[in-house]
Amino acid sequence: MTFDGWIQIALYCAVVLALVKPLGSYMTRVFTGERTFLSPVLGPIERGLYRVSGIDARQEQHWLAYTGAVILFHVLGFAVLYAILRLQAVLPLNPADQAAVAPDLAFNTSTSFITNTNWQSYGGETTLSYLSQMLGLTHQNFLSAATGIAVAVALIRGFARASTGTIGSFWVDVTRATLYVLLPICIPYTLFLVWQGIPQTLAPYADATTLEGAKQTIALGPVASQVAIKMLGTNGGGFFNANAAHPFENPTALSNFVQMVSIFVIGAALTNVFGRMVGDERQGWAILGAMGILFLAGVAVTYWAEANGSSVLNSFGLTGGNMEGKETRFGIAASALFAVITTAASCGAVNAMHDSFTALGGLIPLLNMQLGEIIIGGVGAGLYGMLIFVIVAIFVAGLMVGRTPEYLGKKIEAKEVKMAMLGILCLPLMMLGFTALATVLPAGLAGPANAGPHGFTEILYAYTSAAANNGSAFGGLTANTLFYNSTLAIGMLVGRFLVKIPVLAIAGSLAAKKRVPASAGTFPTHGGLFVGLLVGVILIIGGLTFFPSLALGPVAEHLEGAAGQTFAAGG
Amino acid sequence: MSRQTSSLFSAALIAPALLGSVRKLDPRSMIRNPVMFVVEVVAILTTILFARDLATGGTNLAFSGQIILWLWFTLIFANFAEALAEGRGKAQADSLRRTRTEMTAKRLTGPGRAYEMVPGPSLKVGDVVLVEAGDLIPSDGEVIQGVASVNEAAITGESAPVIRESGGDRSAVTGGTQVLSDAIEVRITAAAGSTFVDRMIALVEGASRQKTPNEIALNILLAGLTLVFVFAVASIPSFARYAGGSIPVIVLVALFVTLIPTTIGALLSAIGIAGMDRLVRFNVLAMSGRAVEAAGDVDTLLLDKTGTITLGNRQATEFRPVPGVSEQELADAAQLASLADETPEGRSIVVLAKETYGIRARDMAGLNATFVPFTAQSRMSGVDLEGSSIRKGAVDAVIAALSGQPMASRGSNAALAFRTAADSQAAIEIRTIAETIAKAGGTPLAVARDGRLLGVVYLKDIVKGGIRERFAELRRMGIRTVMITGDNSMTAAAIAAEAGVDDFLAQATPEDKLALIRKEQADGKLVAMCGDGTNDAPALAQADVGVAMNTGTVAAREAGNMVDLDSDPTKLIEIVGIGKQLLMTRGALTTFSIANDIAKYFAIIPAMFLGLYPQLQTLNVMHLASPQSAILSAIVFNALIIVALIPLALKGVTYRAGGATALLRRNLLIYGLGGVLVPFVGIKAIDLAVSALHLA
Repeated sequence: MTFDGWIQIALYCAVVLALVKPLGSYMTRVFTGERTFLSPVLGPIERGLYRVSGIDARQEQHWLAYTGAVILFHVLGFAVLYAILRLQAVLPLNPADQAAVAPDLAFNTSTSFITNTNWQSYGGETTLSYLSQMLGLTHQNFLSAATGIAVAVALIRGFARASTGTIGSFWVDVTRATLYVLLPICIPYTLFLVWQGIPQTLAPYADATTLEGAKQTIALGPVASQVAIKMLGTNGGGFFNANAAHPFENPTALSNFVQMVSIFVIGAALTNVFGRMVGDERQGWAILGAMGILFLAGVAVTYWAEANGSSVLNSFGLTGGNMEGKETRFGIAASALFAVITTAASCGAVNAMHDSFTALGGLIPLLNMQLGEIIIGGVGAGLYGMLIFVIVAIFVAGLMVGRTPEYLGKKIEAKEVKMAMLGILCLPLMMLGFTALATVLPAGLAGPANAGPHGFTEILYAYTSAAANNGSAFGGLTANTLFYNSTLAIGMLVGRFLVKIPVLAIAGSLAAKKRVPASAGTFPTHGGLFVGLLVGVILIIGGLTFFPSLALGPVAEHLEGAAGQTFAAGG
Repeated sequence: MSRQTSSLFSAALIAPALLGSVRKLDPRSMIRNPVMFVVEVVAILTTILFARDLATGGTNLAFSGQIILWLWFTLIFANFAEALAEGRGKAQADSLRRTRTEMTAKRLTGPGRAYEMVPGPSLKVGDVVLVEAGDLIPSDGEVIQGVASVNEAAITGESAPVIRESGGDRSAVTGGTQVLSDAIEVRITAAAGSTFVDRMIALVEGASRQKTPNEIALNILLAGLTLVFVFAVASIPSFARYAGGSIPVIVLVALFVTLIPTTIGALLSAIGIAGMDRLVRFNVLAMSGRAVEAAGDVDTLLLDKTGTITLGNRQATEFRPVPGVSEQELADAAQLASLADETPEGRSIVVLAKETYGIRARDMAGLNATFVPFTAQSRMSGVDLEGSSIRKGAVDAVIAALSGQPMASRGSNAALAFRTAADSQAAIEIRTIAETIAKAGGTPLAVARDGRLLGVVYLKDIVKGGIRERFAELRRMGIRTVMITGDNSMTAAAIAAEAGVDDFLAQATPEDKLALIRKEQADGKLVAMCGDGTNDAPALAQADVGVAMNTGTVAAREAGNMVDLDSDPTKLIEIVGIGKQLLMTRGALTTFSIANDIAKYFAIIPAMFLGLYPQLQTLNVMHLASPQSAILSAIVFNALIIVALIPLALKGVTYRAGGATALLRRNLLIYGLGGVLVPFVGIKAIDLAVSALHLA
């Protein structure tokens, strides 16, 4: 580890923290329907959209209606995307003459993008046309992010309101999230990325002759616009297969830094929106504090592991950090930081190959996702996932102050606990269940490129990434098969909707409750004590579930490696 | 009910509890407790597998046998906790049941006191019975005629008889209590089997125990966690197969049972029963567990001034003479006027005179004195001596009498007392003093001797000793106290300030009380109050915790959700404490149970996977002797910790009133951090014992 590396990490945290308040304040105005400095421009567009689609912006929804709208929205989004992928060969904007996407891959990819996962079983430049990328994927990059934000805002309203039957209007929330938050940031962001050297063109792939005289096809396309939203919306689906490690997706150290900031910025600011809307900003800072502790711990471990390198290579005298699979323009610190950020948030973009990380360096990205991506997390999804853990933590320990559990004046009762447990249960079921299946079935065993614990980690990582809606790939796993495409898609769907629906149910139930005024006897939820409790509950309930799988994967690999035992390639 | 202070583990309780814990293994009763039911299912399955292995000659039978044995112990320990808690209630119920011996009743058949003898259980609601001295009251009812002294020791444990009379607020009688003197006619208000004593028996035995809302929610959480660990453990066999090995079923079972929250699952119902039991020992009957939970959540306490905040009666605290009169002289006159006055105020004047001026009691007969009692008309009382007359009374009444207005009741001696009436200067002085006293929340009593105003006796509502500290304590707990009084607001404000309550409701009518409760509840607060009269019934019913006094009317007792057998309104404060203690115990053991999992993982996971990846030995941070002893130690710890925590579950965690932050810090440290650390120590100790005894 170097001083320079830590400076980068500290600078990163400082920039994200500095953006929390201003963006939080702005988004609060957006979602409470107040005027913002963009209203003169965007207001008429917004009202026009409502008029065209026949929506009354003042008409709020009961949580069931809200959920219905969310599901309808996703079903339609899926149908459109699936159709585009299957028909891309006959549709325009296909200069590279890409063939139609196979049914299982189209199913997997469509699911992947509507669930904000952006798992890539496809290779962007070798599979998809420009139209598929722009109209299909970029479009869902915006909307899946916007729905995540909408659901989080609905849950915040549940806490902020009292004795009411509605939690807001999904149509208004999703419109405002897209129009006022995502688009205004993406436009200058895209221009910045173009300045940094990312292509933005509809021209066909370029052919070049190298110095040796070989012919090379250089893939191009409308990259910058998609990269902007893929980072900001924690989508992570790269335009190119190599994702953010590709020089056309992430050309410079500066673009890398800004991309990392953009992954966290909305998720971090949403904690501030939460604090403001419930009337006590400290509540938001406490949540962000718990996220921050887990994040920094993860960064420290990964950076330490990567900087120390592989013990096997060290024994051959190859000392120094582990640079395998990393880009020299980023180096170890920025690669380790990126890996932790992209898995803490549900982004899934990668600027280095996680498969090539040391065992412990790769453990943290895996654990980040297994916790449910609640460390900042996906836009919206991170906050509501964290609030599920808050409900569980309050319920477990809240009784210890001698009152039945309450959070922000809302009693946490059987219904909330039931829904929170449902949201927590579906992740280990998908992650561990499918891994268990894949590690015994021949179709599953055909996937990993390595034997031993590392191969096991490749499978575990894939299902973890899918169910957590992350989308980053560990690499090494051949996932574009019928078995993996379909099981991963199921994991993504369950991981998205069986969390979202209980969250909306909780929002509805909380909104209907009376608010208990705070007193000296109320469980304090804005201090260090609560932050510590929350971190403990997350690690014990969220993390310990995966102890056996981690022991058999990265931990075994690390310890066996330290003892000089290696595993032959195969699988 | 005998007031035995039996220890937690008296032999008389343990034997039946042990029997009960085996009887409770019946799956039909286990299914009420999802976590322990799951343990029972795996225990049965592994026992069957073990029997098969025994027949076919499997390997490692001694190890499997021990694990299975400890699975059953885990179940029995859990049942034992519940049976022990119930047993303590049963002991009380049995003494109650003794009052239900065959009873006959004198049912009135017509006018006059003609009656027929009928068996007690045949009485119906609405029947009227005659109960005479020596008779047991056959069922719950209301006195409609007569007055009697009743021994209620059967339900309250208090042997001093109480008065029960028709009309008013003391008309309720309880079946099983005994009339000591006189005779009363009682209208039966409860049918056989649903009387107060029946309900008490059912409550303390835990028979009618229903899960409270918080228990239901906690059970959902525990069931959810159990499912999470089902996934975690059920996926291990395929993972192991991938790694080229296999894990014995018994080891998977051991991991699973130690991970699921058996500690809190085992103790949850014992905690609930013990909470009710603590109230009963405190002579308070909660009609439901829900009410006890609500008591912990109370935000506002409504307390009657008289009897709760102040002693029942006003007392003389000071003599304030007008200028020119010495305190000694005033005290002397006031004492003389009060010697024969049997009212509490009168007695307090005699006591004050003796304590502050050493004026001793004098013999009334020797002084040839006649006592002039208080009448509503004169609003004065006093004494007539030879050649002298003293009067004390309401300031206005005494001044009016002095100014020479004709008073019908005034005798010749009385005329003497007011001879020089036009002492207007003194009258002004008196009024000034009286006003100061009234402003301070006291009652002034003017004293005149032979027509001369001497001064004022300061009668004061005495705030109970230590009550101010109690209220400060409640405030730290975040509970607001509101004093309810019939006094005017000036007096009320003064007493409220002295007692340190947060707010007061002066000149309160029952409607005001009800309105106040509704207003607090509309703000989302939970309100507790106590009351005894029929006119309190609506407020008692509206309050989240309504404690009816046992001396109260039937209506009040029906409306509240708790009954205080001692009829002590101060108990409301303790009831809140017991409610909080119950919730804290539940939370502490849940936290402890979940925190335990870390150590259990570190014990079992390396032991389990050692055959697959030998280097995982590094995770064996406790340096447990062998894989088998590690697994056995974890499951033994898991079972023994239940037994070790039974006393805590039954007694409740130590409760100190204080702010939530301090409580949380303390409890998180003890039960959270302690829950992480204790099993590391415990499992290591058991491992040392297990390997020393060569058990594994």
